[in-house]
Amino acid sequence: MRRFLILSLTTLALAACEREDREYRANPMTSETNEKITLSPLSAGPSGPTEQRSGVGKEYEENAYHISQGQRLYVWFNCNGCHANGGGDSGPPLMDDRWIYGGQIENIVQTIREGRPNGMPSFRGKVPDAQIWQIAAYVRSMGRNVPKAAAPSRKDDLSPGPAEQRRPPGEVIDGGQIPSSAQMPQ
Amino acid sequence: MRRLSRAFIIVLMPLGGCQDWQSVLNAQGPSASALANMFWIFVAVLGAVWVLTMIAFLLSLRRRRHIDTDPLATSPETERRMTIIVSVAISLTLLTVISLTGLSYAAQKVLFARENEALTLLITGQQWWWKITYEDTQPSRVFTTANEIHIPVNEPVLIKLESSDVIHSFWVPSLTGKMDAITGRQNQIQIQADRPGVYRGQCAEFCGLQHAHMGLLVVAEGKEDFERWREQQLSSAIPPADSERQHGMEIFLSKPCIMCHQVRGTDAGGKVAPDLTHVGSRRYIGAGTLETTRGNIAAWIVDPHGIKPGVNMPTIQLEPDEVQPLASYLEGLK
Repeated sequence: MRRFLILSLTTLALAACEREDREYRANPMTSETNEKITLSPLSAGPSGPTEQRSGVGKEYEENAYHISQGQRLYVWFNCNGCHANGGGDSGPPLMDDRWIYGGQIENIVQTIREGRPNGMPSFRGKVPDAQIWQIAAYVRSMGRNVPKAAAPSRKDDLSPGPAEQRRPPGEVIDGGQIPSSAQMPQ
Repeated sequence: MRRLSRAFIIVLMPLGGCQDWQSVLNAQGPSASALANMFWIFVAVLGAVWVLTMIAFLLSLRRRRHIDTDPLATSPETERRMTIIVSVAISLTLLTVISLTGLSYAAQKVLFARENEALTLLITGQQWWWKITYEDTQPSRVFTTANEIHIPVNEPVLIKLESSDVIHSFWVPSLTGKMDAITGRQNQIQIQADRPGVYRGQCAEFCGLQHAHMGLLVVAEGKEDFERWREQQLSSAIPPADSERQHGMEIFLSKPCIMCHQVRGTDAGGKVAPDLTHVGSRRYIGAGTLETTRGNIAAWIVDPHGIKPGVNMPTIQLEPDEVQPLASYLEGLK
């Protein structure tokens, strides 16, 4: 009986060895997901605004492979040209809890894909959709809004703070403080 | 007997691989020759040592002592013989070790000897391809290519090795030994080819999922051929003349390709993926993965992860009728 118990416990422990799923090949047919995300909880009528999530976001922001790919692409596609290493430069900072256009991964994907007024260009058709999701997942990891086990370790170059996985978890405040420059999107 | 000869053939079969374009035993340059010579001398000397030891061992097994003699009994005659045998064995061992050490030292001298190089290349190892920059004192004569090096024959070429992500190792077995490419520092190695030919190289430091598909080619050619190749690589891409390839160029420039790849002479200026200005003139695509043919280029674009899982080239959205013009455009970038 005891032998059986030890054996089954050892076998159970082996189940933990399964590696995280790495999806190298994004399905091009389902390329652009149709997320309907609101920026504000305000809406006419008693019920809140209706939102529609495809669930892709969760897949991306809980996957260490996707987030680390996003970390590489963030530099490759020159996001750091404006946002620096998340601390912000001519573009707004990404590692804090202030989000002009929403801080959920779906919002960030939309911001990258569509662009935003006053400087953020649209990357639709330039960056494949799967890579936009990866970059958005990495941006989420900057404020440590992803699981600690999935957040990437430090980069080789200079960084303003501790590695993404070592930062204290941030809390997303939708809306946040909107600077005057962004208050009236054209 | 038949079984024995069969086993013999199987043991000899791997030796057939030693005559290929990627082999330490097929030495085509001074430093590779030094290494190959050292290898053969070591094999001969150590083989002789092994054979002699085995003969002595077998002789000692066959020679029977008389059982009635006392094993502890000594006589001046045997004492003298033993002294001679032991001192000869010890001095032979010392001689072998010292001469082999000296030989390795001499080979290393050849390996790290530096002459005045006619050409300097900066090679950056990346996951999983080689970025190659031909340096020149005139900035206008510097150009970048990928995965295929051309060098003039009989001339020493300096190679500076860097890495952009993890540790790689530059290894062209027919030309020289290995040298690591390490992030944050520069290693240098000199290569020289004694005969014209195409030699294959390979990353020799495990660097991730596609380490096995990180090959490069060294094409050694005559001085005139090399200069012609260099002038052609320095030039920008020639705009396509036929309508299919023009359409392909439009597709290339309007798709995500331009975010990473560069084609000099067009708006595509990405620097993080292989330079495609003369991709059609290279023998292989995907760092030695596929031969450069229109079909292979199309296959690579449509499904890079089917060929090289985990590669940084993403799957992009293309209409079926866009694949042919795009592949045709890229194939024509000679």
